[in-house]
Amino acid sequence: MLQLRNQAQAEDAVQETLMAAIRGAKDFAGKSSVRTWLVGILKHKIIDLIRRASRERPLDLPDAETSLEDFDALYGEDGHYASMPAEWGDPEAALSQRRFFETLEGCLEGLPKNTARVFMMREVMGIETDEICKELAITATNCWVLLYRARMSLRACLEERWFAIGA
Amino acid sequence: MKLKLTCKEAGRLISEGLDRKLSLPQRTALRLHLAICDACTRIHLQFQFLRRAASRYPGPERDGGES
Repeated sequence: MLQLRNQAQAEDAVQETLMAAIRGAKDFAGKSSVRTWLVGILKHKIIDLIRRASRERPLDLPDAETSLEDFDALYGEDGHYASMPAEWGDPEAALSQRRFFETLEGCLEGLPKNTARVFMMREVMGIETDEICKELAITATNCWVLLYRARMSLRACLEERWFAIGA
Repeated sequence: MKLKLTCKEAGRLISEGLDRKLSLPQRTALRLHLAICDACTRIHLQFQFLRRAASRYPGPERDGGES
């Protein structure tokens, strides 16, 4: 849903995943859990759908999403941080907690839609940046700016909603 | 590319370094900055952590798989 932002498309992706899984069942060698295997197929289906959608309808990228002016408040006159980014302790421990991923999901949902989409393509699905630019027909610079905005926003959000409260 | 970066510039380069190969002067400037800046070192570690977290999304099993 985060990726496709469209209930019908999301349902199609799941359906196509199950079809592909049934067809490919003999290739499932039991090396990974069934869930990991299905999520793997689903990722490919989502990429396919994004490709199809972006061919039909070019990305609508508002200036606000590619500007960095709103981040200026983070820095003082000298270009250094106005307030020090917090120490996160042992963040690896969070990776085994379901609630952490729910928090991450909440933070992703709070991002502007293109910013979230590019971050998901890059970091969740592991697509190379040049391919993302090509698929979405945006410049490399815009791609990097969107990813930078996503990372800065997500780190601030996780700091506030997870690490600061010692969850 | 100047050798002395502000944290604002360093943050952009830390992020871009995860998405493309930085030029040698950029890598050098960033390394010098990280050597003396605790704030950006944290940002760097946190961006890397975000990558690990995102690659494991949606995380552990929703029902009963909590460890």
